[in-house]
Amino acid sequence: MRLRVCELSVGYGKRIVLEGVDLELNPGEILGIIGPNGAGKTTLLRAMAGALRPQGGAIYLDGQALSKLSARDLARRMAVVSQVPTVSLDFRVRELVELGRLPHLRPPDHLGPADRNAVERALRLTGLEELADRPISSLSGGERQRVFLAMALAQEPRILLLDEPVVHLDVRYQLEFLNRVRKLSQEGLAVAMALHDLNLASRFSDRLLLLGQGRVLAQGRPEEVLVPELLEQAFGVTSWVFIHPVTGRPWVEFSLPSADP
Amino acid sequence: MLYKVSPFRKTVTHHLLLFTLLSALSLGSVLAAVFLGPAPLSFSQVVAALLGKGEDKARIIVWELRFPRASLGFLAGAALSLSGAVMQGVFRNPLASPYVLGVAAGSTAGAAAAVAFGPSFFPRPMAAFLGGICAAFLVWKLGRTELGLILAGIALSSLFSAATSFLLFLTAGNRRLEEILFWTMGGLSRATWPDVRLLAPIVAGGTLLLWAWARRLDALSLGEESARFLGLEPRALRRILLGGAVLLTASTVSLTGTIGFVGLIVPHMMRLVLGPGHRKLLPSSALAGGVFLVWADVFARLVLAPAELPVGVVTALVGVPFFLFLLRRAR
Repeated sequence: MRLRVCELSVGYGKRIVLEGVDLELNPGEILGIIGPNGAGKTTLLRAMAGALRPQGGAIYLDGQALSKLSARDLARRMAVVSQVPTVSLDFRVRELVELGRLPHLRPPDHLGPADRNAVERALRLTGLEELADRPISSLSGGERQRVFLAMALAQEPRILLLDEPVVHLDVRYQLEFLNRVRKLSQEGLAVAMALHDLNLASRFSDRLLLLGQGRVLAQGRPEEVLVPELLEQAFGVTSWVFIHPVTGRPWVEFSLPSADP
Repeated sequence: MLYKVSPFRKTVTHHLLLFTLLSALSLGSVLAAVFLGPAPLSFSQVVAALLGKGEDKARIIVWELRFPRASLGFLAGAALSLSGAVMQGVFRNPLASPYVLGVAAGSTAGAAAAVAFGPSFFPRPMAAFLGGICAAFLVWKLGRTELGLILAGIALSSLFSAATSFLLFLTAGNRRLEEILFWTMGGLSRATWPDVRLLAPIVAGGTLLLWAWARRLDALSLGEESARFLGLEPRALRRILLGGAVLLTASTVSLTGTIGFVGLIVPHMMRLVLGPGHRKLLPSSALAGGVFLVWADVFARLVLAPAELPVGVVTALVGVPFFLFLLRRAR
């Protein structure tokens, strides 16, 4: 299952946020989407998820135009965890994760053995087995974020789109969460995630896509994208890039252009 | 807004038991209501009448007045609280009632128009039903978003209420005025077996349909975009859910007039006990709503006997304090 974005232009009404985006997302790969605030990370993800109609160009899922697929067909192949999922009712964790099976069901939406297995697996992968019967109101922000990941995994998608998945988590949970995502991608899941922490993005992505000034400034392996010239262009900062001695990935420090380090 | 967890919720683990209990309570309540009434009938007289024996007067009171009335009360309470639960779920708004889409105002205006101008052979309930469906259809066409629907519902309700007021003004000092007032106040005093036979299959079918879509309603409460990411088409889904709820409400209102608070309060009570999952909430709300209205009507018939209180007054008397209690909890 491959997601291909061709010459994509997206925006809201007359305001074009991104233009001329080309990218490819392959099985077993994590694509990190980075860029300053307002660069269009969320917009790009929403377009890839089919929630935002392209104003130009097209998106293909295995050669099929995304706009031709029904919401149901799309949700059977692709799952999305958006930035701030709201829960207006106090469901239990398991009840929410079960909703991830909806793309595979028909009313009256009875869960069969395969569905129950998928739910249990999703709970296990996100470490939520212990919390399965807890109401969502009793969970912390980080735990809630895991619940929504579990719901997405219960869909058994081939493609997973994550928008700032670790933004409410402290360091330990950030690493745990991203390690889980990496493990899933090693099993063949294609992941695209927007992250604003460049060092986390560098560490956990196979490829990076740098957005800025309404277009793609660069894409490639982290060491190709995280270079001082590009970072200055995108974020307006001076940066120093090191190779992390343990992870072997680029590691970035910043300062304001005029200031001394 | 997030509901707080109920202290009761953890204790109710055997949902099957609860459903058995509610079903038994439903049957028991309807039966009990047949034994209770302002007419002085003893227990054995009612039993005899139920078995088709005893004097004619008792048989008529039991079989033609009390029994159809209790049955219609149960069906109406079930339909209203079921559709209230659906409306609250679809609009993600705890204040939503079965009447948010203007069904009550539309039905009343329809009935009032039939009373004021209609030929006498045109059945008033039919006019009320058509009025209610028309109002909901207009609201659906006017509002595209959740908020749009609520606002269109408020606007059209006001418009239809104004129409009713105008018709009341036209018929002032006339016997027809009272006829119109029946629909604005609501009540079960006109219950007949044909009404019950008409409403029963609608309530049964509606419950089944809405229950089948209950898990989708759960997903819809996460918001439109999240629902779409789960493969649902929110507008199509809302059309089914609201269509079912409107059909239930309009059928009920066309037979009983506008009875308030049942559809608002009972789903909240059940949510406190069972949590928000609609697969359990919808059928249990239906049963509990039926029981609630049966007893509210028993109270309305007995408390000022032989005079009869409008049942809407009783439901409001119970409903308002409970609502204030919910408001305090929500903070």
